[in-house]
Amino acid sequence: MSKQLMKGNDAVVCGALLAGCRGFFGYPITPASEIAHTAALLFPQAGRIFIQAESEVAAINMVYGASSAGVRSMTASSGPGISLKMEGISYLAASELPSVIVDISRVGPGLGNIYPSQGDYNQVVKGGGHGSYRCIVLSPNSVQEMCDFTMLAFELADRYRIPVFVLSDAYVGQMMEPLDMPAAIDPPGPPDWALTPEAATNGNVITSIFLNPEEMEAHVLHLQENYAGIQRQETRCETYRCEDADLILVGFGIVSRILRSAVDQAREQGLKVGLFRPQTLWPFPETQLLEHVGRVHDFLVVELNNGQLVQDIKLFVAGRSPIHFMNRVGGFVPSPEEVVEKARQILGKDAAAPVREKSSEVSVPK
Amino acid sequence: MADKTLSKPSAFQDVFARKPGVDKSGTHYCAGCGHGVAHKLIAEAVADFGLKDRAIIVAPVGCSVFLYYYFDFCAVSVPHGRAPAALTGISRVHPEAICISYQGDGDLAAIGLAEIIHAANRGERMAVFFVNNAIYGMTGGQMAPTTLVNMKTSTSPFGRQVEGEGHPMRMCEMIAGLESPVYVERVAVDSPQATMKARAAIRKALKIQMERKGFAFVEILSPCPTQWRVAPDQAGEWIRENMYPVFKLGVYRDKVQETDPRPAPPESLSAREVYALLTGEKDSGKAETAQTDSNNGRHSKSPEAPAIDSICCKLAGFGGQGVLTLGVLVAQAGMNADYHVTWLPSYGPESRGGTANSSVILSREEIGSPVVNDIDVLLAMNVPSLERFLPQMNRGGLVIYNSSIVQEEIEKRDGVKIVGVPAMDLAQTAGDVRAANVVLLGAYSALTGLFTNADLDYALSTSFPKPKAAEINRKAFAAGVEHVKGKEEGARI
Repeated sequence: MSKQLMKGNDAVVCGALLAGCRGFFGYPITPASEIAHTAALLFPQAGRIFIQAESEVAAINMVYGASSAGVRSMTASSGPGISLKMEGISYLAASELPSVIVDISRVGPGLGNIYPSQGDYNQVVKGGGHGSYRCIVLSPNSVQEMCDFTMLAFELADRYRIPVFVLSDAYVGQMMEPLDMPAAIDPPGPPDWALTPEAATNGNVITSIFLNPEEMEAHVLHLQENYAGIQRQETRCETYRCEDADLILVGFGIVSRILRSAVDQAREQGLKVGLFRPQTLWPFPETQLLEHVGRVHDFLVVELNNGQLVQDIKLFVAGRSPIHFMNRVGGFVPSPEEVVEKARQILGKDAAAPVREKSSEVSVPK
Repeated sequence: MADKTLSKPSAFQDVFARKPGVDKSGTHYCAGCGHGVAHKLIAEAVADFGLKDRAIIVAPVGCSVFLYYYFDFCAVSVPHGRAPAALTGISRVHPEAICISYQGDGDLAAIGLAEIIHAANRGERMAVFFVNNAIYGMTGGQMAPTTLVNMKTSTSPFGRQVEGEGHPMRMCEMIAGLESPVYVERVAVDSPQATMKARAAIRKALKIQMERKGFAFVEILSPCPTQWRVAPDQAGEWIRENMYPVFKLGVYRDKVQETDPRPAPPESLSAREVYALLTGEKDSGKAETAQTDSNNGRHSKSPEAPAIDSICCKLAGFGGQGVLTLGVLVAQAGMNADYHVTWLPSYGPESRGGTANSSVILSREEIGSPVVNDIDVLLAMNVPSLERFLPQMNRGGLVIYNSSIVQEEIEKRDGVKIVGVPAMDLAQTAGDVRAANVVLLGAYSALTGLFTNADLDYALSTSFPKPKAAEINRKAFAAGVEHVKGKEEGARI
């Protein structure tokens, strides 16, 4: 049967193979290691390349090489490894090399622990490496999406010549769900800018050094133009029971699954609560979020970090609606009941008050 | 002969159009610099061997970052020191490419030490040309790993001290100590005679690439009169006087004769073949596949199957008792019975306390949170699991525990059915005590009628594909079913 029960991490490898990924270059780290294990098992069987690199730094540079050679390639890691890869990611962005990086984030800072966290949001969504660049960031919340979004990541990477992150967490990576195997694709051959052992590409150069400030400015502006196009075209989100909601819960990844349960529980108790779930963290589905501003009384942002996405939500909403915040750090996740309780407090306290008079303060994480 | 040596090799561009400024014929290198010589030797070999279309060179960070101003073949500039890693990516995906890494001493021996050693140790198919001038050129004459003892640089203004700064690193000697490299030689370009030897070494390294034999490393002692603060015409003498005694010229490893060409890598599977690899099915026509599945009768439920919207299960025990697998079995059977299912291993702070556990949710609706806090079904393999999870049981819930090791009287809970099954004893009889988890699955299935035989068959055959394990586990399953038959009917879930 085409449906198989598997871990989110394994689904990433399926997605990569189905998308025609030719090379996986990685370094083991919990809770992302199943990706390397499964890639080590399946990539050679598919006639694809698997290398356990000597370091995260080497792994991302192998991706850099394979991508410059015009084939689809990827790496996967978790927070501490992603930090090490940031040099290479900046170069990938600067050289406009399509590439896919999977982050099964764990708790930080530092060595932290291996439990679920969303503390890599700022690092991954805002850049993390040096210079003025962006990466597309996809946020799956199910095993199916771990596969589908990995495939999508390769497609977007090629379309926009940009590194694409699949930012997930230890729960979605370790969780098993049925995967309905999507159809595989044969990716196009190397693009005309690639380095290949063919006469057609002779003399091609890939570089990110522009010593002349005018050339460098033109290059950076060219990148920003690409990013603007991505922002217009590629925002994705999912909403659930938002139509008549008084309060919209906002969260990504595993949190969005908990929030979905919380929405159902809240509705059973007569609280009009909906869910807004960004599937692209960059570009953020700002327009889709703002459609709810004014109509909805409040937003409650829930994260497994010290309040990172909430800062962006505040920027987008710009004081037009109160924004509340709830979080767990250290490896815990909030229960749906705790979220419903918070929702009740917000709606109970503020339900009758006019929108404009409400405070837009973000609650400080305890 | 004279015409040939005086002409510009055809692997150089005719006009250096990429180079900024008005001069498009000279290089950006200083007077007396060795890079121009090394470039020329490489370009000449690439042209002579007819490799222009196949050559891909990696430019380092350093003075030679702009080597693509000159070479007329593919080039890529990479982060400082990462050339061997990036070139590994290229070399592996393009078996026909002639892969060349060109690196300086800071790039290769300092910040990129790990990358070069590991590429060499893997025996990557590449020629590495290591230009050693004992100093950082582009960044302003700082100390390199190859800087000589007592040599003054901008970061060793009193001369390199052995205490604190160590000795100059000898890369050929280090790399030749590895098993994989095919060829390692140190040459110099301080004189015409030395340069002719360098020429031969470079050509040999590229021939090794043409023959697909693997990793070749040529270290080139090269002048940097600008940072050495010596006159260009004195630089050759400086190399002979100062570098030769530390960096001995010669061949450090040569396994060319006894090395066989690498076999061509296997062909990458097509989309259709990959789909078949992942699913065991030939066709990637998904719609038809799904149709077949739902019509083949495996999913039909027994008439007495209870109509249940959602079940939250906790499977718990000591690590090694197979509670993660037990959860997978329940989830697989549930999936086959058309439930939405999630499985979550004990993962995170909740796993403390000496028990492993997995959480499984079966639901007719899409599942939100996969976390199980309120438990409908608890399959417990040990006492700590019962102590920990009994308080979380929902009314109407079902607990099945392993009475082989749980001897204590279990406190009755209102509205919770509690059933003991000597799982380990029954598993031992079935052939392996490790199948105790599957005994509990049998008991659970029999008590609830939740799954059809086909569902359970699917779960057991997927989790235990090997015949011997399959047989034992099927016996264990049957023992669990048999044990509860007639004793505990009517469990709600």
